[in-house]
Amino acid sequence: MPKRTDIQSVMVIGSGPIVIGQACEFDYSGTQACRVLRAEGFRVILVNSNPATIMTDPEFADATYVEPITPDIVEKIIAKERPDALLPTLGGQTALNTAIALHEAGVLAKYDVELIGADVDAIQAGENRELFKDIVAKVAEERGLNAESARSFVCHTMDECLAAAGELGYPLVVRPSFTMGGVGSGFAHDEDGLRRIAGAGLDASPTTEVLLEESILGWKEYELEVMRDKADNVVIVCSIENLDPMGVHTGDSVTVAPALTLTDREYQNMRDVAIAVIREVGVDTGGCNIQFAVDPRTGRMVVIEMNPRVSRSSALASKATGFPIAKIAAKLAIGYTLDEIPNDITRETPASFEPSLDYIVVKVPRFAFDKFPGADQTLTTHMKSVGEAMAIGRSFPEALQKALRSLEKKGAVFTWAGEPGDKDELLAACGTPHDGRLRTMQQAIRAGATAAELFEATAVDPWFLDQLYAIDEIAAEVREADRLTVEVLTRAKRNGFSDAQIAELRDMSEPEVRDLRHALGLRPVYNTVDTCAAEFAAQTPYLYSTYDEETEVPQGDRPKVLILGSGPNRIGQGIEFDYACVHASFELSAAGYETVMVNCNPETVSTDYDTSDRLYFEPLTLEDVLEVVHAEQQTGPVVGVIVQLGGQTPLGLAQALKDAGVPIVGTSPESIHLAEERGAFGRVLAEAGLPAPKHGTAVTVEEALTIAEEIGYPVLVRPSYVLGGAGMAIVYDDETLSTYMAKAGAASDHPVLVDKFLDEAVEIDVDALFDGEELYLGGVMEHIEEAGIHSGDSACSLPPMTLGAYDIKRIRSATEAIARGVGVRGLLNVQYAMSANILYVLEANPRASRTVPFVSKATAVPLAKAAARVMMGATVAELRAEGMLPAEGDGGTMPLDAPIAVKEAVLPFNRFRGVDTVLGPEMRSTGEVMGIDEFFGTAYAKSQAAAYGSLPTKGRAFVSVANRDKRAMIFPVKALADLGFEILATEGTAEVLRRNGVHAKIVRKQSDGTGPDGEPTIGRRILDGEVDLIVNTPFGSPGQSGPRLDGYEIRTAAVLRGVPCITTVQGLAAAVQGVQAIVRGDVGVRSLQEHGERLRGRVSGAAGEG
Amino acid sequence: MLVLEDGRVFHGTPYGAEGETFGEMVFNTGMTGYQETLTDPSYHRQIVAMTAPHIGNTGVNDEDPESSRVWVSGYVVREPARVSSNWRATRSLDDYLREQGVVGIAIPGTRALTRHLRERGAMRAGVFSGEALAPVEELLERVRNSPAMEGADLAEAVSTAEPYVVPAVGEKRFTVAAVDLGIKAMTPQRMAERGCEVHVLPASSTAQDILALNPDGVFFSNGPGDPATADHQVEALRGVLAAGKPFFGICFGNQIFGRALGLGTYKLRYGHRGVNQPVQDRRTGKVEISAHNHGFAVQAPLEGSFDTPYGPAEVSHVNLNDDCVEGLRLVDRPAFSVQYHPEAAAGPHDSAGLFDRFCALMEENTNTTEGSKGA
Repeated sequence: MPKRTDIQSVMVIGSGPIVIGQACEFDYSGTQACRVLRAEGFRVILVNSNPATIMTDPEFADATYVEPITPDIVEKIIAKERPDALLPTLGGQTALNTAIALHEAGVLAKYDVELIGADVDAIQAGENRELFKDIVAKVAEERGLNAESARSFVCHTMDECLAAAGELGYPLVVRPSFTMGGVGSGFAHDEDGLRRIAGAGLDASPTTEVLLEESILGWKEYELEVMRDKADNVVIVCSIENLDPMGVHTGDSVTVAPALTLTDREYQNMRDVAIAVIREVGVDTGGCNIQFAVDPRTGRMVVIEMNPRVSRSSALASKATGFPIAKIAAKLAIGYTLDEIPNDITRETPASFEPSLDYIVVKVPRFAFDKFPGADQTLTTHMKSVGEAMAIGRSFPEALQKALRSLEKKGAVFTWAGEPGDKDELLAACGTPHDGRLRTMQQAIRAGATAAELFEATAVDPWFLDQLYAIDEIAAEVREADRLTVEVLTRAKRNGFSDAQIAELRDMSEPEVRDLRHALGLRPVYNTVDTCAAEFAAQTPYLYSTYDEETEVPQGDRPKVLILGSGPNRIGQGIEFDYACVHASFELSAAGYETVMVNCNPETVSTDYDTSDRLYFEPLTLEDVLEVVHAEQQTGPVVGVIVQLGGQTPLGLAQALKDAGVPIVGTSPESIHLAEERGAFGRVLAEAGLPAPKHGTAVTVEEALTIAEEIGYPVLVRPSYVLGGAGMAIVYDDETLSTYMAKAGAASDHPVLVDKFLDEAVEIDVDALFDGEELYLGGVMEHIEEAGIHSGDSACSLPPMTLGAYDIKRIRSATEAIARGVGVRGLLNVQYAMSANILYVLEANPRASRTVPFVSKATAVPLAKAAARVMMGATVAELRAEGMLPAEGDGGTMPLDAPIAVKEAVLPFNRFRGVDTVLGPEMRSTGEVMGIDEFFGTAYAKSQAAAYGSLPTKGRAFVSVANRDKRAMIFPVKALADLGFEILATEGTAEVLRRNGVHAKIVRKQSDGTGPDGEPTIGRRILDGEVDLIVNTPFGSPGQSGPRLDGYEIRTAAVLRGVPCITTVQGLAAAVQGVQAIVRGDVGVRSLQEHGERLRGRVSGAAGEG
Repeated sequence: MLVLEDGRVFHGTPYGAEGETFGEMVFNTGMTGYQETLTDPSYHRQIVAMTAPHIGNTGVNDEDPESSRVWVSGYVVREPARVSSNWRATRSLDDYLREQGVVGIAIPGTRALTRHLRERGAMRAGVFSGEALAPVEELLERVRNSPAMEGADLAEAVSTAEPYVVPAVGEKRFTVAAVDLGIKAMTPQRMAERGCEVHVLPASSTAQDILALNPDGVFFSNGPGDPATADHQVEALRGVLAAGKPFFGICFGNQIFGRALGLGTYKLRYGHRGVNQPVQDRRTGKVEISAHNHGFAVQAPLEGSFDTPYGPAEVSHVNLNDDCVEGLRLVDRPAFSVQYHPEAAAGPHDSAGLFDRFCALMEENTNTTEGSKGA
């Protein structure tokens, strides 16, 4: 059954901003889908609010809408574009929910849009817990399969609960019916617990009903990735086993592919059930996954849930097997069957097969708890990790240790240094799932814990535990060997030990181990991920290192460029850097180079084997990268290694790589140092005559206080050794400064940087390109929040909404002076603060920044591609002549009627309840969205709708601001009142508002408590859903009670209820403009292609006039 | 040490029993089911290398063997398990192999070995450990003196000596005569589950022996060796077909069916051994993910039907990876066979419906015969 010919255009919905649980794996799947659909000749209409994605590049669709993924906006796009079909299964839950909403609202029927790749009934059957249980039961009964769901009872009284507990045993799960957000659910470990939890649950449930479910905590957890075509051919692409047993979200678990602790009978039963369930659910075409739990004592298997769409696990499975699930799902959706699609790794065999792996894949999660003090760090069924790393090895220990070092996080890899600690304490710690539990387990092994004790504490399968013991034994062998023979070293390498680990065990340095290893002729070989365990020859070079017999690196025929990716997603280093790497790869491949990508993040487009000429799925450590360089040099000349695009990870390797003789292209490591080292950078600025805020460096509390006195409060303090804003704070007084210094001093010996903090300054972000002669100003972004909020968390606009031509000119010449002084070849990002009309330089980063994709989309110029070319020696003039850059002008000379693009950050506070939501100098956002429109107000409104749901246009607004903001708030709050909002305020704020003619109703503060007549506090009102918009700017210093704490309660309540909460007065002004724009009803939609045409038309038009 | 006929040598550590063993070197790409593989009689006189790196993780249990003993002549793995982890496990794989006297070896280069076999084809090999070790030249000589698989007649060696009966589960619907050429335990069980009383007969059975049972259907099993040598079984099957009995064959049985129809067989370069092979049913277009274990295949025209002494026949199933013939059927008579393993132990159960098809043929045939009797 070949491709459908009755549809010509397909709409694809993306997943929106990167959030915890929905990250760039959906850029990977969406990009694949768009490429497939276009290659098949369909007109592709794409909607995704996330500008950092590759899929939203204008070249991947015919019409790309960077617009909020809300049903009303998507309807507008449908009305305008009239697609024949909608493919909603590749954009995560966001896309699926939007499609269902459009279906239910009758929009799809109205515009005659066919849902492809999904079926509404199937989605509902898959996602509704009760319906799904029925399906599992039906499958078991009708097909005689060994399948069941967790046993449960619905109870209405405590007696019923007790009777049910008698059947289920303890512990058991209590879930009250119809409470919001799982309120009142919990684990009952005994009868007392049951009486307490179920009692509260019965009270909390509006139907006095609780569901008691048997606990499957500690069971083995598995997942199967399934594909089905319309001819009912079904294949299992991959089995995944969670090392962490049930109780930890799969996204937070260490996972392994393929499953390693199942016999064939158990596996085939799982396979049969999976297939029967998806048939019964009715997933007609496409990919889905299904999760299982297995009782390790009896083998009893329970079906947990399924996702009727491509998921994070599908991305992992695709990378783990070489079977591109999203790409195939897109082909199935347009009518192909599995046997008609070639497996593009072997090219000779069809996609209707099940990959066989002759290697082991391990995925480990990366967390960011350090950014969210106060958050509960226990891992639960609620996902908390922000990224992941994957590694491939020929054995589990090799893959595991490679994965751990891929995390690139201090304390992640196994260590044998120092004392392990107390066995019992370590075992107790292992009992609670936490970030780094594997390492805690490893330390427990060092401390003498037995496998039985570890199993007791963790319920991790004994086979996996034994592998940890095996690793420990190898470590002992390395440490105790008389000398490091080739046998000992080979064994260590085959078990994944890095040179650094071996060095630590032998009390040597890492270079010494490397030299010894090379002298012994011991280097890794590179095996191919070929989907078939070598049964057929592979055509697609997707490689991983291992200490095995034969290398499979193919001979190259063109000069090679290596691009180092950015590793696991983390806060501050995410998809934006992958975007830059992928663009460089595309562009350099087109320019005649052979591109070689090195990365270890399974979620990304860069680790799609289709992206580069060759892909190495490897950790980004010096050792691993040097070996890849060596392997590539064996098969042809490596003309350059690009470290500038993958963020801080590759940048950190630059100097060491250069020292090892690796050709680094673009800005030299020495120049990078010039920008990063404060003294050196100070000299660059001084030479260029550019001011920086006054600053000093302090080690002791006294020094810090002296500097603060000299330069005046407020001051910005940060440890000198960190990047990305970690540990930064703004300090207003001596007392807080002393506390900060005491803490920082205790944490490390590194000095603390103390900068004058420019209060009430406008912060400006610039991305530019420099070829040594000419500067191309990519874009100038003005932050909406004032200086002091990390640029990654701040909303900004491009073109800048308040800067004039004169300011831009100053910015241009300052940027050029810095680029020249530092010696930039390629991209440069500079942050400025404009205060009292003086332009201060805050910092410069000679690398791709987070804002490159946003700038590229807002100005319709492929900045990352141009940067890659400049790094390889092209000039800005040549790129202008080629048409890659505009012939005239740049991002600083946008026409007056250019659309305004607003970038807004998306923060993960709903995942970390209890964490204060006030923005500060330390970055905490996971993702971003873009709103683009004619005027600032509309663009801002779109950005808010895309990030947090639409701004309210009526209802109650609660206002409580710090004294310093009281003047500035009057105007916008008055505007809100004029728009018809009822204004609530705390006493102080209300007083100011009343004097200015705004009637504000006084509400009780949190610290006031409930009033004598039961008047609720503002926190209560928010929780009760009485408030539609919150304006709360923080005051007071951290650690103090009173006003700041009040704000904290308010903001926490806002997160719980999902009410928009504005924490800066500038944000308020922008929001009011946004609300006004919505009320006026002038929120339209326009594709990036239309924006681009208009911009290009105007730019060349303007040149013509000149 | 693992020594291949063409002189390639792999070093490793002994696994299972120590000593020496010879056989045809083949690889299996299944990621599960080592216990079923080891006990599959079709692997008689073969040294099997597993491409999946970790083997033995779930130990050995009493339920999963496909026959009463391990049949592989040697076993090659990469990472043998140090512990067994499964609630059904009764002992470790290492102990089991030792107990069964199976000489094995753990080598890092299982992938290199697979690639070598893929390029050069299956070949003779020997595994040597302990006292059997000697200079490579000498070991190579021993390998080259060992018998080749081509021309090997092995069915009788693995077959049951005496007939036995696997009773139907539940109500008996049919009597099946199953000729054991290396039958796996799951095969009669799959039939028994469908109401067949299965009379398992030795490989030496003649058509008369088979028909003497007055079976509703006849089955020829999988088995080791070169089908070109199975003249006796081909004759027996011709007698069965001439009698018009419904017939179903698996693997070796498919090759014998092909020969009975007048087709030739040939040796594949490196065979199909694994649980992920896509086979298309040409009548329905549906693809089954199937379990395979064969080094030989039937030569037949893929398109259209061809004449046989039993009327027209056609290729019913094809392997989508390499267009290899995976199934045959007579167009007008109740006889068919497949090259792969619907009993699927180890392997996916996609093709279990073939047993239903066999039962349906027996059902129809009984009805028509009774009908004609009545008339």
